Amino acid sequence: MSLLEVRNASRHFGSLVAVNNVSLMVQPGELRAVIGPNGAGKTTFFNLISGFFPPTSGSIHFDGKDITNWEPHVRVSHGIARTFQITEIFPELTVRENLRVAVEVAMGLRNRPWLSREADAQIRARVGELMEMGGLAAKADRLASEMPHGDQRAIEIMMSIALRPRLLLLDEPTAGMGDQETYDITRLVRKLHRDEKLSIVLIEHDMRVIFHLADRIMVLAEGEVLAEGTPQEIAKDERVQAAYLGKTE
Amino acid sequence: MTAIDKRVSTPIIWLLLLTMPYWMDAVGGYTELACRVVVLGLAAMAVNFLLGFTGVLSFGHAAYFGLGAYGAAMTIKYLFPSTALAILLGVVVGTVAAAVIGALIRKLRGTYFAMVTIAFGQVFYFIVFRWNTVTGGDDGITGWSRQPLNLGFTTIDILHDDKAFYFMVLAFFALAVGLMALLLRSPLGRTLVAIRENERRARFLGVPIERHIWLSFVISGGFAALAGALFALLSNFTDPRSLHWTLSGNFVIMAVLGGMRSFWGPLLGAAIFVVLQDYVSSHTENWMSFIGLFFVLVVTFFPRGILGIIKRRLGQ
Repeated sequence: MSLLEVRNASRHFGSLVAVNNVSLMVQPGELRAVIGPNGAGKTTFFNLISGFFPPTSGSIHFDGKDITNWEPHVRVSHGIARTFQITEIFPELTVRENLRVAVEVAMGLRNRPWLSREADAQIRARVGELMEMGGLAAKADRLASEMPHGDQRAIEIMMSIALRPRLLLLDEPTAGMGDQETYDITRLVRKLHRDEKLSIVLIEHDMRVIFHLADRIMVLAEGEVLAEGTPQEIAKDERVQAAYLGKTE
Repeated sequence: MTAIDKRVSTPIIWLLLLTMPYWMDAVGGYTELACRVVVLGLAAMAVNFLLGFTGVLSFGHAAYFGLGAYGAAMTIKYLFPSTALAILLGVVVGTVAAAVIGALIRKLRGTYFAMVTIAFGQVFYFIVFRWNTVTGGDDGITGWSRQPLNLGFTTIDILHDDKAFYFMVLAFFALAVGLMALLLRSPLGRTLVAIRENERRARFLGVPIERHIWLSFVISGGFAALAGALFALLSNFTDPRSLHWTLSGNFVIMAVLGGMRSFWGPLLGAAIFVVLQDYVSSHTENWMSFIGLFFVLVVTFFPRGILGIIKRRLGQ
């Protein structure tokens, strides 16, 4: 059974059709890339999966359940986590505090007005583990807003990992990054995919990153699925080349 | 640095509060003024629980403050002459009102939220203003006074001994503020700060934002109601002005003036506001324009409030 199944999803904004009749199946453990020219509807598609807004028509199923109309926080508690194109973190909190909030919410403690010593120790340990995994341990007590872009992205990804998701949605994780940062983030994503056996859907523009990471690629153009296949198949696809060249022309 | 700051600053604040009635006279004040600082400080800190630590601006907290005041006054006048019961019922009335209004407006954000809190605040104001037979209308609730505090083994005369009353107020203040600090240091408090910092991120970490904003609104409204109840006991009187939106605005001014990102900022803001009001209003009727000018200057030059600038100076 597939982990995520999007069936004929469409999303209209007035007369604009941002996503038109898109279907997608993601298997457990798969790393799927979604590519396409600007304005192709990639982020809108992500918003449908993560529950930012519901689809105008079509349905979304996760782990066999129809989640089409679920609130975002309910989807999160069932294992769907996401990052955003423009990094969304808690700027005036330290790296440690950023992760701590995520860990506490993940442990179902967000309503708790008090904390036992054991729970506190457990939280600290988990936060430490996540900072280690994300390469953030040395910068634990710095304010998130003071960190370079790549580190902020790592914080956002590790906050999502704190939720122990079964599906991670990454919206252009290397956007606006230099070569070294792109490399670091790519390595982090691959580590999470390989070591943690995490299923990932990834929007990305950097083709090196995609060919390095993705098992399969879905190409969107003007809200519709243009092609789907392995990286090799997509690279050879003439319609895909035309769509990209047509845009840059 | 901030950790060291706190270890020094918190005991200093408590020391000042504990000794305030003894040096207030020497600096030209009086014990009732000290009470006003503490009570309005609590109200400003209550507003700031929502504003500074959840990122939600309410311009209608006088409603819950005022309902706390009326709850306390009417308890003593009509129900049972007990100060403790008056405070309890005042807090209950204000908190329940905040829970109902909070549930209606929790989906709104920013300016819309602020506008609607003003509107609901004024609804309560006009109910109290017009419902003569019950609330006394414009005249308010008069002809009652706070009752001696019966602790079982002894009775404290808080009616005639104004220092004793001050310490009772301070005890409630300490209880409320201690609870606030505990909440802010808990996972719940961190979730609220997370909403302030980035609502979208918090939502997609799995926080049901509306429920938490409601919770923060109720907690904040409850503390405001406590302040209101104490305020009514302070003057043995309450009138519709205690629910008016201008008072809500004053609470926000106090919080921003002192520094809304710091725990104690609003108390400092309230102290400055109350003392300035007392001093300037004895010289001119237009005291509000002086406070307004002062407020504009602080916000323009020290956007983090007065405590914010003090902290920065100490930190460097």
